[in-house]
Amino acid sequence: MPAIKEFGFGFITTSSWNPVKDQYGVWPAIYGTVISSFIALAISVPIGLGVAIFLSEDYLPPAVQRITVFLVELLAAIPSVVYGLWGIFVLIPFLKGFTPLKGQGMLPAALILSVMILPTIAAIGRDAITNVESGMRQAALGLGATRWEAIIQIILPAASSGIIGGIMLALGRALGETMAVTMLIGNSNRVAAFDIFAPSNTVSSLLANQFAEASGLQVAALMYAALILFFITLVVNVLAQLFVTRLQRI
Amino acid sequence: MTSPQLEKSDYGEISLKRNPTSPRTLFGLVMSGIAGLFTLAAIIPLLIILSYLITKGVSSLSAAVFTELPPPPLVDGGGFGNAILGTVLMVGIGALISIPLGIMAAIYLSEFNEGKAAEWIRFATNVLSGVPSIIVGVFAYGVIVLTFKSYSAWAGGFALSILMLPIIVRTTDESLKLVPQDVRQASVGIGANQYQTVLQVVLPAALPAIITGITLAIARAAGETAPLLFTALFTQFWPNWDALLAEPTASLAVLVYNFAIVPFKNQQELAWGAAFILVILVLFTSVLSRVATAKRTY
Repeated sequence: MPAIKEFGFGFITTSSWNPVKDQYGVWPAIYGTVISSFIALAISVPIGLGVAIFLSEDYLPPAVQRITVFLVELLAAIPSVVYGLWGIFVLIPFLKGFTPLKGQGMLPAALILSVMILPTIAAIGRDAITNVESGMRQAALGLGATRWEAIIQIILPAASSGIIGGIMLALGRALGETMAVTMLIGNSNRVAAFDIFAPSNTVSSLLANQFAEASGLQVAALMYAALILFFITLVVNVLAQLFVTRLQRI
Repeated sequence: MTSPQLEKSDYGEISLKRNPTSPRTLFGLVMSGIAGLFTLAAIIPLLIILSYLITKGVSSLSAAVFTELPPPPLVDGGGFGNAILGTVLMVGIGALISIPLGIMAAIYLSEFNEGKAAEWIRFATNVLSGVPSIIVGVFAYGVIVLTFKSYSAWAGGFALSILMLPIIVRTTDESLKLVPQDVRQASVGIGANQYQTVLQVVLPAALPAIITGITLAIARAAGETAPLLFTALFTQFWPNWDALLAEPTASLAVLVYNFAIVPFKNQQELAWGAAFILVILVLFTSVLSRVATAKRTY
């Protein structure tokens, strides 16, 4: 790993990426990865929780409910490159109509990400909620709680470890998601001030864009970037698994 | 006389009637409405994407699409026959590696080991399935492309096999666990040893669910783009059998990516067509898996 020797820890905090001069720093990419993932989470956590609650209560007749659950899970099965294609030709022109967006940028990438991670939050959240013992719900209702008082004060706290695990799995997916983001985020390596309409970059799209044409020290630098991304997602995933396994034991 | 009013208590008037304007009722109604709206909001993108794929994808499909090579920019016609063949080849390589490994690992987990080790292996498999696919691509690049000094269908297939492995292990493990313990005891009771029990009794019982898991893994792998970008690369030509597939190979997913970011109309239409095929494959296998797992052997 010549890149680690060459750049050391400064690799993470440097923000110039210039293959011609062999200067590499991944700070803009890490920044973009984290920001895009958290915007996506901010959108999809409330919606995903709403879906999880709605589909675990008895609002819909069982047959309709099964189909709805299936449709939400189907969102996870669509290949990410298809989301990217749709984002380029439909979402970006649509957003251009009423926002200062000029083309590719952080906003469409984060929006598509939120759609892609939504089924993870909804499905695992729903599992966690339906796993809460029905006696707890009955006890709450018996004491005079309304449906939503029971949900907010009893069921959600009881299901919290599974819900948090699902959110962290979704975060892991958002951090590592490549194709859709690469096609929509614009791949610009300047350090973005916080501007969701400007092009930005993520570690994974940096890899997707440059790896095939890279040579020499650039390959090593990209490998180093991949290693950083791997460690971040590994930590997030291990924590998520710990939460979800705790859910199964309860 | 039969008024629902109770006596006055410390809490003031108590009515057993549902009060439609009390803040508690209103709060519940509003929250229910929000949850329902969110569910609608979650399904709408799916319907929009599917409708675009159908309108744009079907119109760009023709017989030539399946047999011809991708056109250069600004040339009309052409297809992505080589990409279909390339996807089939690489998914096939991935399946050949991951199916035997995955099924044997799952049999070990559910039949032969109940202790701490199995728990750790399950944990590791789950974590492996969360590793970003582009990282798997970098790994395959380091292991295969750097060793053999060439982009190849083999490297692409190897990367896909790593992505398929956790799916196969998990679905097989779960379907084996669904086979009732009584069946195993009955088999042992009539004199079968463990090897015969697993091979002739448990596996056949779990087979439909296992096959479902395999088709899901294959559909997932066919749509994966990131791990192929720098392992199989892309090419305008047919897979080269004379070079033992050790040359850049086209695939549907990478074709969608490459043709989506160019400004040429004809290539963009081919991208929609390829995306349509990928999504049909995913839809078909998802519905199939629902139907198959709905039936239980025991």
